[in-house]
Amino acid sequence: MNVQLLAQFIVIFAAFFLLVNMSAVLVLAERKVMGFMQQRYGPYLVGPHGMLQPFADILKLLMKEELRPKGADKWLFTLAPVLAVTTAFAAFATVPFGGETTLFGLLDAPLKLGAADVNVGVLVIFAITSMGVYGIVLAGWSSNSKYALFGGLRASAQMISYELSYATALAAIIMLAGSMSVREMVDSQTGYWFGVIPKWYIFIQPIGFIIYFIAGVAETNRAPFDFPEAEQELVAGFNTEYSSVRFALFPQAEYINMVTVAAVATDLFLGGWHGLLPFRTPLDGLIEYWNVGWLVFFAKIGGILFFYIWMRWTVPRYRYDQLMKFGWKWLLPASVINLLVTAAAVLYFNA
Amino acid sequence: MLESLLFYVLSGLAVGASALVIGQRNAMYSVLLLIVSFAALAGLYIGLDAPFVAMAQMIIYAGAIMVLFLFVVMLLNAPQEDAAEWDRTHPLKRPGFARIGVVLAVLLVAELGWALAKVMSLGAPVGGRADGATISSVREMGRVLFTQYSFAFEATSVLILVAMVGAVVLARREGDA
Repeated sequence: MNVQLLAQFIVIFAAFFLLVNMSAVLVLAERKVMGFMQQRYGPYLVGPHGMLQPFADILKLLMKEELRPKGADKWLFTLAPVLAVTTAFAAFATVPFGGETTLFGLLDAPLKLGAADVNVGVLVIFAITSMGVYGIVLAGWSSNSKYALFGGLRASAQMISYELSYATALAAIIMLAGSMSVREMVDSQTGYWFGVIPKWYIFIQPIGFIIYFIAGVAETNRAPFDFPEAEQELVAGFNTEYSSVRFALFPQAEYINMVTVAAVATDLFLGGWHGLLPFRTPLDGLIEYWNVGWLVFFAKIGGILFFYIWMRWTVPRYRYDQLMKFGWKWLLPASVINLLVTAAAVLYFNA
Repeated sequence: MLESLLFYVLSGLAVGASALVIGQRNAMYSVLLLIVSFAALAGLYIGLDAPFVAMAQMIIYAGAIMVLFLFVVMLLNAPQEDAAEWDRTHPLKRPGFARIGVVLAVLLVAELGWALAKVMSLGAPVGGRADGATISSVREMGRVLFTQYSFAFEATSVLILVAMVGAVVLARREGDA
């Protein structure tokens, strides 16, 4: 029992450790991919091929002077980045990242890979993500700067607009799976159609996946939806007045939120740890035999994150009114129609 | 033991934060304290074995509605209320309004007392069901909502729709198509 508990703690700590380092790795990945796409090398000087650049970045951020504007609200100015990064970490709590494993026979009973398994897991993720907006809004308001205030205002407007489509896309998956536990939703995607195509929800819900992904990008304030920090218009948006560690927490929260969006997309649409590629390969049997589904899971997350970065350096930023129009007049109706069609199909096929 | 401790901590937090909401002169702090109060309430729901209600509380109240509140407070960028100015000029400080306020407050207290007395006389925990099904089952909750309480459900949604249409009509400027 105690060994089991210890193992669970180790799993939780591993998830935490992964998220902490993910932001550093993603910064490097982003700069490298950007460099590649712009036909240059990207960071190259620190370490072999610039691979140690994250250490230099972190050291730089830690050693900067911490500034606070004179008219800033003392408490909220400090609270905002902490809130942003806390909610980012907490949202990952109910995301499972692997099937049951005994850690190569080390444990007596199988252990579920994932910090917590709650029977309303999807809602927990959604509830905590929707708390994340407060960090950004408070940062914008407490800075006592008009650019930051505009960034915060935009963030709140954008996030409540896209949260609806986000939730509606998830609701369709909830109906298909007949459960709100993320683990049960992943496990309902086991098996193959015609023995070849894995039973992923992306094949039943292609529109739902597209809506989820667009809304997810908007929720995490990434390009082409990065209006809260639009450089050309708002200097740096909500975090204009931040420096040093407090500043560092915002990009960190953003990258962790990206990982969470990618992880939820993998779990709900791409079959989680079931099946590596969208068709059956001999590799799948091997993965099942070795029981290393979590490697598959992280490979898929990596793929989605690469797509995230790829998109950032390919698509130009929208205009703000276009963003609002798109969210309310296209994305929301599309997601509602998708939900209704899914509901009708579920009712018809397995009533 | 742990459960009752959690109950007292969360209720204390909820009541304390709610009291502070009224006590703040800065509207921003009021909104934030209200969020704290809602979060504590969600914790209490989890203690009652109703995780779905707790998450709905977090998503709808603490998430969506409070973001709107915050948005409005930021948009107006309300300065801190000046106590003396408030006392002198605010319309709600006129004696007539004060009297209505007193009547409403007495009504609220009476209502609260009545509700509590009724809960006391139930003798069984609220939300418990004879057949052992707990309120935590989302499926069961949906079924009850759309059969037994369908009228109340539909009436509420129409009410919200009316409020929404009203807001749109009020917000529309002259000359807009």
